[in-house]
Amino acid sequence: MPKKEIREIKKILIANRSEIAVRIIRACREMDIKTVAIYSEVDAAALHVLLADQAVNIGAAAPAESYLNTEKIIRAAQDNNCDAIHPGYGFHSEHGGFARKCREAGIIFIGPSPEAMEMVGDKLTARKTMLDAGIPLTPGMKLEGMDKKTIAKKATEIGYPVMVKASAGGGGKGMRIVHEADDLHAAIDASAREAQAAFGDGTVYMEKFIEKPRHIEFQVIADNYGNTVHLFERECSIQRRHQKIVEESPSPVLTEDLRREMGETACRVMEAVDYSNAGTVEFLLDQDNKYYFLEVNARIQVEHPVTEMVTGVDLVKQQIKIASGEKLPFTQEDLSQRGHAIECRIYAEDPQNNFFPSIGKLLFVKEPQGPGIRCDSSIYSGLEVNMHYDPILSKLIVWAEDRPAAIRKMITALQEYVILGIQSPVPFLKDVVEHPVFVSGDLHTGFIAEHFPHWQPKSADGLLKMALTAAAAVKPAKDKASRGEKATPETPWQSIGDWQLLS
Amino acid sequence: MYRIESKIDTGSSDFKENKAAMDKLLDELKSRVAEVKKGGPPHAHKAHESRGKLFVRERLNKLFDPDTPFLEFSQLASWDMYKNQSPSASMVTGVGVVHGREVMVVAHDATVKGGTYFPMTIKKHIRAQEIAMQNRLPCIYLVDSGGIFLPYQSETFPDRDHFGRIFFNQARMSAEGIPQISVVLGSSTAGGAYQPAMSDEVVIVRKQGYIYIGGPPLVKAATGEVVSDEELGGGDVHARISGVADHYAHDEVHAFQITRNIMENLNLPNPYALPRSAPEEPYYDPQELNGIIPADIRKPFDIREVIARVVDGSRFQEFKELYGPTLVCGFARIMGYPVGIIGNNGVLFSESSVKGAHFINLCTMRKIPLVFLQNITGFIVGKEYEHGGIARNGAKLVHAVANAQVPKFTVIVGGSYGAGNYGMCGRGYDPRLLWMWPNGRISVMGGEQAADVLATVKKRSMERQGKKISEKELQEFREEILAKYEYEASPYYSTARIWDDGIINPADTRTVLGLGIAMSLNAPIPDQKFGVFRM
Repeated sequence: MPKKEIREIKKILIANRSEIAVRIIRACREMDIKTVAIYSEVDAAALHVLLADQAVNIGAAAPAESYLNTEKIIRAAQDNNCDAIHPGYGFHSEHGGFARKCREAGIIFIGPSPEAMEMVGDKLTARKTMLDAGIPLTPGMKLEGMDKKTIAKKATEIGYPVMVKASAGGGGKGMRIVHEADDLHAAIDASAREAQAAFGDGTVYMEKFIEKPRHIEFQVIADNYGNTVHLFERECSIQRRHQKIVEESPSPVLTEDLRREMGETACRVMEAVDYSNAGTVEFLLDQDNKYYFLEVNARIQVEHPVTEMVTGVDLVKQQIKIASGEKLPFTQEDLSQRGHAIECRIYAEDPQNNFFPSIGKLLFVKEPQGPGIRCDSSIYSGLEVNMHYDPILSKLIVWAEDRPAAIRKMITALQEYVILGIQSPVPFLKDVVEHPVFVSGDLHTGFIAEHFPHWQPKSADGLLKMALTAAAAVKPAKDKASRGEKATPETPWQSIGDWQLLS
Repeated sequence: MYRIESKIDTGSSDFKENKAAMDKLLDELKSRVAEVKKGGPPHAHKAHESRGKLFVRERLNKLFDPDTPFLEFSQLASWDMYKNQSPSASMVTGVGVVHGREVMVVAHDATVKGGTYFPMTIKKHIRAQEIAMQNRLPCIYLVDSGGIFLPYQSETFPDRDHFGRIFFNQARMSAEGIPQISVVLGSSTAGGAYQPAMSDEVVIVRKQGYIYIGGPPLVKAATGEVVSDEELGGGDVHARISGVADHYAHDEVHAFQITRNIMENLNLPNPYALPRSAPEEPYYDPQELNGIIPADIRKPFDIREVIARVVDGSRFQEFKELYGPTLVCGFARIMGYPVGIIGNNGVLFSESSVKGAHFINLCTMRKIPLVFLQNITGFIVGKEYEHGGIARNGAKLVHAVANAQVPKFTVIVGGSYGAGNYGMCGRGYDPRLLWMWPNGRISVMGGEQAADVLATVKKRSMERQGKKISEKELQEFREEILAKYEYEASPYYSTARIWDDGIINPADTRTVLGLGIAMSLNAPIPDQKFGVFRM
């Protein structure tokens, strides 16, 4: 259990990079807390380095040498008298060992305790804990040692369709979806054969197959004194290759009752593991509005801003306050959702080429502005986007009074978003949020695969973008030219400055 | 263009040893330059200041645009000469920037023997004018000199390149439209009076600047007339009565302001528009040069390692790489300016000579400035090579160098011996600027070869006279020659006599070349013209 005491935090090391590091630095500034950024060799010009009060070069580009180098990070925190480390998301954020080492070094880890982290981190342990706590899980079982009759009975209990797959491995090996009882045994046999061939273990696992599920998650926040509240849901059904790209809150599908029930369940999940600080409980929601526990994300999440927009709670600041031992300043009754927020993730990737990373120099960046528009970003014109890390560039978040208004706002904001020099998903995202099915709110995790199998930009967009990129690539002539003077390049006599032989 | 791939290991012991040796030479150089930059002795400074006058280097600061470079010439002129009475040959010369344009400044240092002319002072002054003439740079003379240093009158007064040449040059430059401006900040006596008098425009500082053909002591001796400096040739006399001065300044700062205003109205033509790329720093650090040049001058090194640390992006388009490999020729850019570079990788053979001539021809045809990096022991000798016509092939190179009309720049980065000095654009071949590295050596041949040759000659001559010379005597004779050559081949011996325009830090090579090329473009590059090639 975390200590029940107040420890003042005056300086925080941010063990992360990109937009989340920038987000945390800004929260610290507002709280009058000093910040220490860390950076790898390739990130020396990154925005988080420029913004932090101090920055420490932590090593080579490879994450293991830098952002994942536990010893170096903790030493940097100690050398610079940091009271706490904020891990952001990714990297060390859900690494119980790191949190433990921070604790041993006398540094506050801004996040849950290592014990809670480890309990939710291991899928099997988590599943068992949740089963014991009566949390709804996707029903499923290993089919080892069962006869055909029993299996058929179990399948009926679970309810068709069911999915059978290899117990031993992943990658879809031996996976079969069975819609009716007649096909069950043939599928299990085929699956077992494939499993045996692929993993040398023919054990087959059967679970309920959820058709067209929605991804609904609940933001939970808990202090060190056992107070746990949720900040409602986020719907993150728009995913490509299992990665969320558009998130919103509230979900267009939740009723008040369902929301309350799921929220309470989420709190129970967290209480079951003595969780403190911010975390997210993820569920799948099937077409009949039945929900199943998926997993816990024991960290601040990429999509946290949509929750902030509709609840008015600054989650990063709350994280820091909880870590320093403060009590939650609100109860569940104090919290409500207001209006509607949508987030689009802007990755350095090419939506025309299977979302492959697209790296290079950002020749020109212009971010949208306006009421209700928030850009959590770490980019600027001239920045080199490298290939070493998660390719997130920024997150565009909009807030409006209701969902249709928020969609309109997102479309206009995306239209204003200019990123030249690399491929970005901005035009693709605009097409997604404009899509009539998205607008109708009929979402599921296969939405992108179903509606955008081979997306292409509208041809005029492509041509215009090429022309603009070419224009941005040409260095603007010196200021002199714009003042109507001759634009001749400076000779060494003008450019060298004060210089003398051997002085 | 492709980047040169350096083969230097900066962690090797050779590198460290070389660097230590070069660093030592550089320390010596820097301390010597710092020494001469002080000018005259402290009492002379005191006297100078008591007259309310600025030290010559402060004057330059007031004249030039702020935050601009100053390319000084012949800093160590007359080093170790005249019992070191004339540090920097009593004057500062160099190119600086006034109102955005490069100007040649010749400024007396009155703290050194009243700014009087030693023989090397005259040579330095004329060299500065020569640079101004070749590159069409306006000349600003900061006059504060008592004229010729009389004890050396025979070496300063009568010959072609003596004192009179200064005024001849002024007249010729003025005729060519190269502005000549004098700022009289102290005395300008006797012959020295012609310096302002021969200028296009003259500024004089009241109660500080004096111009007269004969000073008060001479007037008294000649005519018995007793007259003060001020009455004879002060600012009021020349600005109000004689008309010798055109601008009347209340003090030095005012004088420099007027001079800057004059510069604004020269209506200078635009520099020659040599097509230029965006400048790029060398890929390899120029500081590494110190570790690349062998401490032992006899050890060879690849000149490409030097080129890689001088040119933009270390990129070099080599010409005839596989032919005549002892002469490396190729195109590159320095601070964005295109250059043809010719550097030595060994002795000059017939093949390397004609290759060099061919390459120079390319550059002159294309109007690309030439940079010579000298590290040359000479042309090849021996029966086979004489039969192969090394004399006429070498002549082609010398002919091409001599007649190349593009701006030429020479840097002696190692040895400069014999006719190799000529083929590689030595002083006699009119490079716009010639710089020397602190490790450079210059002589007609290496000391050991000279000692061997002279010892052989001496032995034969003795034998002809029927005398015998002992091995010991011969050895002593050899050592005497060696010591003389060692002393005279030193870069300090060269720079003291203005055989070069200065000794530089190797890491500054790129800067001095870039400034030099930019400066040279004040003169147009003429079409190429060659004489008869002996083929």
